[in-house]
Amino acid sequence: MILTIAKKELKLLFVSPLAWTFLALIQLMLTWVFLGQLDAFLELQSQLMQIANPPGATEVIIVPVFAVASLVLLVATPLLTMRLMAEEWRNHTMTLLISAPISLTAIVLGKFLGLMIFFLLAMLLAVMLSLSLLIGGTMDLGLLLSNIIGLSLLAACFISIGLYISSLTSHPAIAAVGTLGILLALWIVDVVATNTSSVIQNFSLLRHYESFNRGLIDSFSLAFLVLFILTFLILTIRRLDGKRLHG
Amino acid sequence: MNDIPNVTISAYNLSRNFGKRTAVHKVDLELRRGEVLGLLGPNGAGKSTTMQMLTGNLAPTSGSVQICGVDLLKNPQQAKRYIGYLPENPPLYKELTVDEYLRFAAKLHHVNLSRIDSVLTEVKQRCGLNDIGKRLINTLSKGYQQRVGIAQAIIHQPEVIILDEPSIGLDPNQIREIRILIRELGKSSSVILSTHILPEVEGVCDRVQIMNQGTMVFSAALAELKQKNLSLERIFEQFTLRNEPIGN
Repeated sequence: MILTIAKKELKLLFVSPLAWTFLALIQLMLTWVFLGQLDAFLELQSQLMQIANPPGATEVIIVPVFAVASLVLLVATPLLTMRLMAEEWRNHTMTLLISAPISLTAIVLGKFLGLMIFFLLAMLLAVMLSLSLLIGGTMDLGLLLSNIIGLSLLAACFISIGLYISSLTSHPAIAAVGTLGILLALWIVDVVATNTSSVIQNFSLLRHYESFNRGLIDSFSLAFLVLFILTFLILTIRRLDGKRLHG
Repeated sequence: MNDIPNVTISAYNLSRNFGKRTAVHKVDLELRRGEVLGLLGPNGAGKSTTMQMLTGNLAPTSGSVQICGVDLLKNPQQAKRYIGYLPENPPLYKELTVDEYLRFAAKLHHVNLSRIDSVLTEVKQRCGLNDIGKRLINTLSKGYQQRVGIAQAIIHQPEVIILDEPSIGLDPNQIREIRILIRELGKSSSVILSTHILPEVEGVCDRVQIMNQGTMVFSAALAELKQKNLSLERIFEQFTLRNEPIGN
């Protein structure tokens, strides 16, 4: 049943030009960064060779590509999550889902999964772009893997919070603005931290993503992001149930 | 089939408050298999709220609902299998085609994958949607959209069909067709429909219940009314034009 809903979400995404525009734009931006970095790498290669432990192609080219990808995702997520719940309420289609013999959990997970598949698709473009480096030489596949894991987790965090905000309102535009605001706040929340051991740093999604971006799969970051996703999914389910109870 | 009347819906003492306002107050409702019940009442009488509670879209403040013997509040997923529901605003995904939408609705209601194609053809036949399966719902007229909404409610051959103002937006020919369809549905399942149109009730229903200000004020079999030569219109006026609040 989760899959049925996920499929429906994907179908609704792909019949709108938004999804295609998003895929085209993210590909354009990533390729732009990729080519720029590739150019820089080729120019500097001879100088890099003289350093004792030189950064490889993966570090110079792929790491910035994934750093940009995370920013594109941050801006795009609100636009894609805004309609997930809000539009169902506005168009009264939520009634169809609630009247059907399926659990609220299945509805929420189906929607989450649908958008997650879409983001993984976008990410696949970035991965294929990176793997094209294999034509010309070797790559640090471990670093690439760590980036993929990090970006997937980050995307899941964005979706879960977008889904929750979208369930709070029946106006997609409000959901989009709210989600963008919260994502930006979570992105830069650590600027107020005066020292590096401040607790507030742990709430910055950017900081957690940075360790994956550098190739470090930190179990604390992993746990934080997974808990973050679960929290907002559960909140969304509770919100749906609350709507039934309180009208 | 056994000849003991089969109860498909039984709701007792159903109440619903929104904050301090009572929308529905202690409503009892019982429906047997093969029965069509017309729910009448002026605007804001609580008909839609009652229907939302019967379909699990809204939790009652108090009271109980049983669908085919399954408690809707304790075991919602099981109970909802027996229900087909057309809400006031048909729940349509306007960006999908009629076929895509009905296929999704069938899957949601656990229709067996191998049977989906035949079910789809049958339901389109019944609702007069044969030629427009490939059209986007967005491009359909209000009447056709309403029919897609009805198709969605009956696609899984539910025991209980709940239709909130099914004939709204239809032209006279379509209204006649829909009435024939409802009569037909009423043979195999039980149907509750809410409406403002009194002749519609006289045309298709076996029983009528009138709601006013959240309470059930009148309930009778239509055959009985005919026998006593009472006009539904007079009864409706008599029970809903009273100024003083009834019940609470």
